Amino acid sequence: MTVQAADNAVVPVEKTGNLQFLRFAESIAIPVGAIIASALLFAVFLLLIGKDPIQFYALVWTGGFGSSFSIQNSLQRAAPLILTGLAFAIPARIGLTMIGGEGALVLGGFASAAIAIPLVSGGVPPLVTLPVMAATGIITGGLWVGFTGWLKYARGVNETIASLLMSYIAIAIMNFFVEGALRDPASANKPSTMPIGDAYRIGSIPGTDVHWGLAAGIVLAIVLWVLMSRTTFGFAARMTGGNLRAARAQGLPVGWLMVICCMIAGGCAGLAGFFEVAVIHGQANASLVAGYGFTGILVAFLARQNPIAVIPVAILFGALAAAGGVIQRRMDMPDATILVLQGMLFVVLLVSDTLYGRFKIFQVKATGDRT
Amino acid sequence: MNDVPAAKGHAPSLQAIGMTKVFGPLRALDDVSINVDAGSFHALLGENGAGKSTLVKCIMGFYSGDKGQVLLDGQEVSIRSPRDARANGIGMVYQHFTLVPSLTAAENLVISRADAPDIIDWGKETRALAAFMDTMPFRVPLNAQVSSLSAGEKQKLEILKLLYLDQRFMILDEPTSVLTPGEADEMLGLLGGMAARKEITVLMISHKFREVKAFCDHFTVLRRGRFTGSGDAKTVSVADMSAMMIGDTPIRERSGRVQSAGGRDVLELAGVFADDNDGASVVKSVNLKVKAGEIVGIAGVSGNGQSALVEVLSGQRPLADGGIFIRGERFEPNRGAYDKFKVFGLPEEPLKNATVPKMSVAENIAFRSFDKPPVAKLGWWMSPGPMKAKARDLIARYRVKTQGPDAPIETLSGGNVQRAVLARELSGDVDVLIVANPCFGLDFASVSEIRSQIMEQRNKGAAVLLVSEDLDEILELSDRVAVMSGGTINYVSKIEDTDRNTIGQHMAGH
Repeated sequence: MTVQAADNAVVPVEKTGNLQFLRFAESIAIPVGAIIASALLFAVFLLLIGKDPIQFYALVWTGGFGSSFSIQNSLQRAAPLILTGLAFAIPARIGLTMIGGEGALVLGGFASAAIAIPLVSGGVPPLVTLPVMAATGIITGGLWVGFTGWLKYARGVNETIASLLMSYIAIAIMNFFVEGALRDPASANKPSTMPIGDAYRIGSIPGTDVHWGLAAGIVLAIVLWVLMSRTTFGFAARMTGGNLRAARAQGLPVGWLMVICCMIAGGCAGLAGFFEVAVIHGQANASLVAGYGFTGILVAFLARQNPIAVIPVAILFGALAAAGGVIQRRMDMPDATILVLQGMLFVVLLVSDTLYGRFKIFQVKATGDRT
Repeated sequence: MNDVPAAKGHAPSLQAIGMTKVFGPLRALDDVSINVDAGSFHALLGENGAGKSTLVKCIMGFYSGDKGQVLLDGQEVSIRSPRDARANGIGMVYQHFTLVPSLTAAENLVISRADAPDIIDWGKETRALAAFMDTMPFRVPLNAQVSSLSAGEKQKLEILKLLYLDQRFMILDEPTSVLTPGEADEMLGLLGGMAARKEITVLMISHKFREVKAFCDHFTVLRRGRFTGSGDAKTVSVADMSAMMIGDTPIRERSGRVQSAGGRDVLELAGVFADDNDGASVVKSVNLKVKAGEIVGIAGVSGNGQSALVEVLSGQRPLADGGIFIRGERFEPNRGAYDKFKVFGLPEEPLKNATVPKMSVAENIAFRSFDKPPVAKLGWWMSPGPMKAKARDLIARYRVKTQGPDAPIETLSGGNVQRAVLARELSGDVDVLIVANPCFGLDFASVSEIRSQIMEQRNKGAAVLLVSEDLDEILELSDRVAVMSGGTINYVSKIEDTDRNTIGQHMAGH
């Protein structure tokens, strides 16, 4: 190397700490601002239909966090949202907009309920059956979304549309079996698979009403955060997501990276499906199609695809869902009101995404001459 | 259709006085004045970021200047939008074409009119256009679809469009960058003739001294937003012009060319084919060998398959047929092979091709090393410490101006992004170097530094393949030159056995 330091080479004093702090502050301030803005917008909507916004938000608080019961209710509902949030966030880091979490959840849940049938009837103990069910859910969801990722990589199929359509196929597959070959004859009004039985249901975290899915979601979120930010795999995935051309030019196996990220995503959603079956429903039926996969997209968006941030955001959405019932009873508003609020939040969030870098207070001052 | 402009409209003069434009902390234009006489062919010179485009954008009404006035034929005019500029007869030809490729030349002309009727009587328009064309010094086939025209014809059509709209003060932004030397000379000659006959006045932004000396009569130079000189283009020397452009910026001494004894073949392209995104063949049977310690320059007009060839070599585009060999072994562009054969690259537009804009400078510098010790432990666990330490070292050695290793690389200027990429690609042992338009859009100081780095790698024994649309760059750096036209290499010669004209003819496909 013979690059001599020329006399005019002034490498400016580092403002590293400052810079990182400002970027962090920006990444908090903008989503929080978006939440406040959409809350105000929704207040206008409430005024227009003649409801009291203050009462509404007070009820959201009471219903979501007001008592230990409501907090547990919120956490309960947050559990699948953490997992489906991760199912959107991980492919997003590699540049894929995968919205197939719903399908992977449904199919994963169905597969785990289906594999439980012979195990339960064969008398295999729960300690063996449940891990097998969980693994089946994870693998089924992983292969399902992984296949969409492969379509993208090998055939250039638009992953967003493909993953959405694959979700409907997944739901149809479940219905096909639930209403046909695997139908429990006792489920007259609501076709379902055979119940796994109370002995095989997963209980709550001791001392709470919150099930183990929450713990699994939190652990998985932390593990995936470490994977994406501290390992060579995560680095390569972020390179690919940030600039596909540059990643190719560095010789990275971008196709495999994409497929693996999609499999991780599908595995998360499939695990959520397993918990829905093993904790909530005890069998697979149309109740699995509860929209958790789609709300997860919103969660991941608000969390800016950061696996750790998915946790608090999922709890916030869990609280909103928990408050839905209270609002319905006390304000005589339809349950779907919460969906309107979520929709507004989503639109405001998309708009707020264009605001990064626009606020002067989050920018370090330019260091003079920039030739 | 009563206002077909008369071909003999007069050429206006234009003065801009005390133009000032401030963007935040940056004074992009600082009290700049320029005086373009009627019928003159005036060159506007300056480095990237000198304020040339800001000045013409103020004249065109894209920006409203913070201060200053524009006089047309001595009368002050108020130009608040490109619409006002057009009404005053000021038109601009941009670096990139603004024609609609799927329409014919005639359709492009008619729709460009501000007063184009809602229902167009094509019979009448065609006759009017034919009459208009008869008065023009050059022609373009009116019924041909624009996408089928050559770059030179498109450029002519852009100029005809301005004349058709009676915009007789023409601003041209580096109009020859997409033309072969022959096409460029022809077009500038025609414009020069029209200006001399006082039919038009031309203000041309240019980087190329050769064209300025050959065709322009006056010039004005800007540097860092300030006026630094003007004069008669025929009498002022190139050395004086470039002194006005670069001022006292120290320029690194070019690395000299060390005579090499003629190393053995290192990189070999054998019958390389590649398709574009629509499956059409754009690289057709390219055969080329590059020796150790040799720079082979591939010249050609933009869009003749060079970028697809570079993409194939850098793994961004699949090889449709043929093979790439390094020291006789087949080379697949993947990470393992890059390391094994010590293949490195400097792509064009580094922000787009060689970096992840939102990742930090340190991370971008680590692209070659993030999965190897000392950055990666056990092959997968990354430690940020060694990564940042290496980045700090390279930032200092390559004089990358940044707020720090953690700043996103997109916050750096073009020259500094390219320096960061140079630091990453050239700081180790290099056996094969693939370079594509490495200096595109960079300032003098950076250009000089980057070219000497490339020469230095050659002198150390690397086999260098240089693809460039800048013929001067090829002539300066190459040991051998190859010309690419229509997706294939149709000419190869030692640099001492050829000249600009011969290369230019092959660029045009002859």
